[in-house]
Amino acid sequence: MKRALPIFAVLAVLLAAIALANPFFLEPAGFLAFVKRAAPLVILAAGQYFVIVSGEFDLSVGSLVTVEVVVAARLIDGNEDATWPVLALVVVIGLLVGLVNGAVTTLLRVPSFITTLGMMLVLSGAVFLWTGGAPRGALSHAFRVFGRDTLWSVLILASVGVAAVLLMRADFGRTLIATGDNERAAALSGVRVTRVRIVAFAISGLAAAVAGILLGGFAGVSAQVGQGLEFSAITAVVLGGVVLGGGRGSVVAAMAGALTLEALFTLLNLYGISGALEFTVQGVIIIAAVAAGAVRLPFSLTPRKSKGDAHAAS
Amino acid sequence: MNDAPPSEITTPAEAAPPAARRAGATRHPWANLGSTQVVFLALLVTIVVGWILVAIDGGNLLTLETVVGVQQRSAALGIVAVGQTLAILAGSLDLSVAYLISLASLVAAEIMQAGSVPGAVAAVIAVSALVGLVNGVVITKLRVHAFIATLGVALVIKGVLDHLYDGPAGRVPESFQHLGYDRVGPIPVSAMLWAAVALTAWFLLSRTRYGYRVHAVGGDPDVARLSGVRTDRVIILTHVLCSLCAGIAGLLLASRLGAGVPTVGTDGGYDLESIAAVVLGGTALAGGRGGVAGTVGGVLLLAVLDSVFNQLEVNSFFKDVVRGVVIVVAVAVYARKRSTS
Amino acid sequence: MPRHKPLLLTATAALALLVAGCTSDKPTDTTTAAASAAPASSAPASEAAAAGTGEQSTFFVQSDYDAQLGMRAKSAQGPADKPWEQAIDPQMVSTTQYKKDGGYHLCFSNAAVNNPWRQVGWKSMQAEVALHKEITTFTALDAEGKDDKQISDIAELTGKGCDALIVSPNTTATLTPAVKAACGKLPVIVFDRGVETDCPVTMINPIGGYAFGADGAEFLVEKVPAGGKILALRILPGVDVLETRWSAAKVTFDKSRLKVVGVEFTDGDAAKTKSIVSDYIARHGKLDGVWMDAGATAVAAVEAFEDAGVPVPAMVGEDQQDFLQKWKQNNLTAIAPTYPTYQWRTPVIAALKILKGQEVPKTWKLPQPKITADNLDTYLQPNMPPLHYALCGCESLPGFPETWGGKK
Repeated sequence: MKRALPIFAVLAVLLAAIALANPFFLEPAGFLAFVKRAAPLVILAAGQYFVIVSGEFDLSVGSLVTVEVVVAARLIDGNEDATWPVLALVVVIGLLVGLVNGAVTTLLRVPSFITTLGMMLVLSGAVFLWTGGAPRGALSHAFRVFGRDTLWSVLILASVGVAAVLLMRADFGRTLIATGDNERAAALSGVRVTRVRIVAFAISGLAAAVAGILLGGFAGVSAQVGQGLEFSAITAVVLGGVVLGGGRGSVVAAMAGALTLEALFTLLNLYGISGALEFTVQGVIIIAAVAAGAVRLPFSLTPRKSKGDAHAAS
Repeated sequence: MNDAPPSEITTPAEAAPPAARRAGATRHPWANLGSTQVVFLALLVTIVVGWILVAIDGGNLLTLETVVGVQQRSAALGIVAVGQTLAILAGSLDLSVAYLISLASLVAAEIMQAGSVPGAVAAVIAVSALVGLVNGVVITKLRVHAFIATLGVALVIKGVLDHLYDGPAGRVPESFQHLGYDRVGPIPVSAMLWAAVALTAWFLLSRTRYGYRVHAVGGDPDVARLSGVRTDRVIILTHVLCSLCAGIAGLLLASRLGAGVPTVGTDGGYDLESIAAVVLGGTALAGGRGGVAGTVGGVLLLAVLDSVFNQLEVNSFFKDVVRGVVIVVAVAVYARKRSTS
Repeated sequence: MPRHKPLLLTATAALALLVAGCTSDKPTDTTTAAASAAPASSAPASEAAAAGTGEQSTFFVQSDYDAQLGMRAKSAQGPADKPWEQAIDPQMVSTTQYKKDGGYHLCFSNAAVNNPWRQVGWKSMQAEVALHKEITTFTALDAEGKDDKQISDIAELTGKGCDALIVSPNTTATLTPAVKAACGKLPVIVFDRGVETDCPVTMINPIGGYAFGADGAEFLVEKVPAGGKILALRILPGVDVLETRWSAAKVTFDKSRLKVVGVEFTDGDAAKTKSIVSDYIARHGKLDGVWMDAGATAVAAVEAFEDAGVPVPAMVGEDQQDFLQKWKQNNLTAIAPTYPTYQWRTPVIAALKILKGQEVPKTWKLPQPKITADNLDTYLQPNMPPLHYALCGCESLPGFPETWGGKK
């Protein structure tokens, strides 16, 4: 948890800066509106955290979000009665995609970067193959209420957060971190490494399903609803001090990372930094944040991992 | 296994330990093949199957236009993928290539419009080397994971591009456009450029100490460090070379398009596509194993697939599905071969 | 370094080959002009600063602007019930040199099918092709939004024995050389975005971006009282067809007494649009009008007002069904300028005219209607998908409405 402290400090500073520029932010309604907007990314980051801490990547979440929204719209087609069965199906699709990612990565030993990159191509291709190139149908009001209504979004976000924390405190969390830290040692001490990783991917898929429900609800059907979310989610997790390569970092910090990223976007927008240079600022901040974390590391109590940070996914 | 000699790149089958070969022979007829052979075999099969499918459809896959088209279409990706191969072999990767290509095309076209082709080439080389240097330094000295470091640099370049340009800019003179359009018989100049880049990389990897070090660093950086390799320098140099390749691809695209275009790199998806081509060619994403020859095969395989789909007028969504499956299956096959041999 | 020899040899050999017998697939008279060609004429900075609209776009060309705004008042020639066959101020050119006997092979190089607008258009074009028995083969290649692929695609198509080539360019400047090369070999028809050459037999598109942008801005000037706050939403900078829309709107706003409180880029993303609009509502209390350069995110913007519990101000959208439906349901003060997808039918008709030796307009300008409260009901089609474009001109085509994703 100590490692995670800087991100909360940064988040606090950003939130204060937003409040300074926009006093409405201090009112409950203003703050909750921010939380609601951040909810999908925070949930995706929580899901991505499980995968990353186990030593893997999930690049498929962005296209999975698009799939969920487009599938839901076509199947519901404006029919209120179809809401609940489709919601259940959306969750099942999320879990299923996660399971496939996990199985291919662990059982077929394909690096997760490639597995999920392939899944990204397959998902985005398949869904538009099915709908003929553009989304069709419409979401029902009952479906949209989860993402459109502030109270619902915040409630869902809170329960996802609590569930993630509880999961990491349970045995599963310990075995997950052990797996990401040192796969062989974990296996030798009786951890079912394969199963743990597959579950991690399933959780990420589930998170993408929930994020899809919220995003579809927030802004309706669109073909690019999930575009680029995979990189935002990974960035958020890393901002939270979670180490790519696995084994270290907390889920709360990962979610705080997502809030920080969203706060950063809001702030840049508020201060009217030109839309263009916004990306440059974002890039510099991300590198700086991770560099700060990495350079600080040798002085902390946690021993450096032998893997070497320059390593990509394996 | 991790500190495999560089010779394994080009002739993996020969370099494999005899025991593995024997074991492979009894298990699976394919186990004798190195991943480079597998990808070229797959390429051959794709061409034959594709030719048959197109013939059934009433067309001809192997006309002059399509053969030239396949090469023209793969040259830019091929050049980027050669650079990406170096980065991945060294245990890193580069997500900034797409934006760098756009930047390079603009730098080239703007300076050429001002009148100097050599000046433009020099400027592109300088800019790409600088970007590579930044990538390498951030990764090694600031200890930022390559994924985040190069993603961050990509965002920085994107911001600069968006800020400075709002559409195609600059102009490439007639003389420089020969690079993108001329050909000798069925071989375009762009493909020759690609071959030259690939040969240079192959030479560096298999015939120089640098190549040995790249494999060592990618195999196990700690072992490499202990055996006296200055791992940071190797990684920085590798990123400079990778970015140079992206810069060359930017030059090529500028000559094709006649102007610099701020979206040419991202529209082509050169970042993820180049990584996909590299692993399709049998280079391990974890680093240390693989080589340029496989990458060339991987790029050609993707281009031939594209061409077959083009001929059959398959829609782009179906293409994505097939590409996704092909990439994952290929890497699964390599993983299986590695574990059995 | 003796080891370098093979490499040097290869390079020298390649060079020698190059000099010896090289072929170019590129036309020799190319004068590629990129952004340099667009003479910028910006409005005085002080005037712009007061209106909050910023600098004028480098894409703005006064003469094109004047021409397009003039065209809006003109009536198009041609069959009244088929706007895709009409033309404004046509200057006919003879095509007898292309005349051929029937059994035609048409080819099409498509920039992309990556958005609902192109999807609707592409389906209409395929249906149009199916109408004509004399088209025996129709070959279409999709460049997937990549300039480089489209250049190769065009080169490939010219070697396929096509009788005519239809091109929808991905980028104006960069596709020009490829189109020029094709012009030398077969009749070329260009539509949607243009090219910087007059070698195609005909260039087809609706009036254009300036008219689109001005239609929306003029509506806001008319409906919003002086001093009213306007938020302008743009998809992204640098795309000529979108830049012209904004630059025309800017001219209108600069002349008006409205205050443009913000010009923001949405990336065409509904969630981002909704967030931006919510932020502006929070900051300014209320807005009096929203201008957009494309309507794909119009509904998200409307919802931002609904969710904030404030009345929806005057809106500019486009002819997508979801917006028209919202407009009708909530009785909005709105307008929908259009960039009609029926233009995808015209190139096929033009190609057949050319191959039959009939005259076609050199610059085929199609009418570009706007949807207003008066004609909203004509265009609202509840059986069509939310992202369907109303001006598809496809209602009479075989396979309607299912092919376009609608229900009977």
